Amino acid sequence: MNNHYKDSKGLHLNYALIQERIEPESKVLDLGCGNGYLLKLLKDTKNIKGNGIEISQDEVIQCLEKGLSVIQGNIDKGLKQFADKSYDYVILNQTLQSTYNPDYVMEEMLRVGKKCIVSFPNFAYWRVRFNYFFSGNMPKSKVLPFEWYNTPNIHLLTIKDFFEFSKMHNITILEGIYTTRANIRKGIQYSIFSNFFAEEAIFIITRDN
Amino acid sequence: MPEAEKSVGLVSLQYHTIEEKIKFESGVEFGPITVAYETYGQLNEKKDNAILVIHALTGDAHAAGYRSETDTKPGWWDKLIGPDKAFDTNKYYVICTNILGGCSGTTGPSSINPETNQPYGTTFPVFTIEDTVRVQKKLLDYLGIESLYSVAGGSMGGMQAIQFVISYPEMVKSAILIATTSRLSPQAIAFNAVGRNSIISDPNWNGGNYYNSENKPDRGLSNARMIGHITYLCEEAMYNKFGRKLQNKDHYDFNFDVDFQVESYLQHQGQIFVDRFDANSYLYITKAVDYFDPEEKYGSLTNAFKNSSAKFLVISFDSDWLFPSYQSKEIVSALMNLSKDVSYCEIKSPCGHDAFLLEYDVQSKIIKSFLNDNIEEVKNE
Repeated sequence: MNNHYKDSKGLHLNYALIQERIEPESKVLDLGCGNGYLLKLLKDTKNIKGNGIEISQDEVIQCLEKGLSVIQGNIDKGLKQFADKSYDYVILNQTLQSTYNPDYVMEEMLRVGKKCIVSFPNFAYWRVRFNYFFSGNMPKSKVLPFEWYNTPNIHLLTIKDFFEFSKMHNITILEGIYTTRANIRKGIQYSIFSNFFAEEAIFIITRDN
Repeated sequence: MPEAEKSVGLVSLQYHTIEEKIKFESGVEFGPITVAYETYGQLNEKKDNAILVIHALTGDAHAAGYRSETDTKPGWWDKLIGPDKAFDTNKYYVICTNILGGCSGTTGPSSINPETNQPYGTTFPVFTIEDTVRVQKKLLDYLGIESLYSVAGGSMGGMQAIQFVISYPEMVKSAILIATTSRLSPQAIAFNAVGRNSIISDPNWNGGNYYNSENKPDRGLSNARMIGHITYLCEEAMYNKFGRKLQNKDHYDFNFDVDFQVESYLQHQGQIFVDRFDANSYLYITKAVDYFDPEEKYGSLTNAFKNSSAKFLVISFDSDWLFPSYQSKEIVSALMNLSKDVSYCEIKSPCGHDAFLLEYDVQSKIIKSFLNDNIEEVKNE
């Protein structure tokens, strides 16, 4: 089974890695759910009760076509209509780096979700570093295919950044998954090795209060 | 009736009279009530494919198709109702009724009171959105429809759809609420008040007793309509439609006749309105719309919706300042809090509140996708 899918932004999405971490019958909110592929997958395989938030009207329509319930909205404006801890999982899949207010979005998802799943492309990935180091241009890669002037990825971060952010914001990391093209590593402690070799990272996080 | 177009074809207004008296929210018992309605498509054997569509403030039961061979103007939601359209009449049985208190077939202030043989006028009881829905339910009972695949409406029609879900939660499988609100803003009530004032202050209104007179309160009603039309548009729509262009002239006339196109448009809308609408109906229906407030009545919107098991589609338009998007979002929030199945779209449109009668392409796609969710399985490749 191939774990990688492409969404409309051309990003690789580790759907299967997320899928296997979701408890059956749970309540899931997918922020920036795109065409609803992941939600539909979770609905079909885990019988979840899911909602999506998506800013693009065309993608909202594609969600409706899949029979999903979806709210057209901008997650940068927060999740005001959602009550505290009202979802078992809030997913922010490959979207954090394209939000305007990543810290606010993170705060809001931690408020609404008992557990949150955040995935992002690791900007400290060695190919990105080499690309930048040798070419002198803003780095491009398979997961970051855009030019500097048209990229939706305006808040790029590294695995190290995420660890520091979590510590500063009182976020508990329950699981960290670091994917390279060849394999998958795990760990809840920061490792220079993962920060260098992982192309993408997925974190399961929570905050108790 | 244009040939080429996909349409439900020729339709006719039907009537059903509810003989027994109905108790209104005000406590008054009123009857008999005749309901005018149209239907499109076929009711299936299981009687589970019925969709109730509900018109806006000054609409009528003629939602789709043509009234005669020579008719050139189809019903008000013809672009959405018909074979292969959003409300696909190959699949669904669509019903549209004229509202209680209206003037297009359903009993209203201009109807004859059988006890006096005179028009009711202002002796017609004041009714609420809840009462209008009660009347629709009686018609569905008569048609043998116990469950609705969907109830859908825009603007005031959306308010009635909301109330239908609240009043008969067990009956509704899905609800489509378009450019609507669970309570008018004070600004919207203010515009309705000016409209009513305009009618009441027309001497021809005569306390609502004008049906046997030569002189009807046309001026008051047409002014009310002009005010209404301003609220259905928006600044951008007016710029797009008229700009500051003059009407059939190159320079100002320096008098108080019509100079600008926008003036001419409003005047025309006012004039054609008086030929099809009754001033008293306008008073009663706007009052019902003003009173509508399930949040007040049930303590909270969450409480109002709590017994519903319907799935919801809420649509608003970003340039609609009469029923602004934030009001739709309040409905969505309440439904989300109840963990109801709800979807929401805010359509970009330069058309203001009127967009729900103009922006058909996107609306069609959204409604069609929402109604028809038996979609192919996503394969885990």
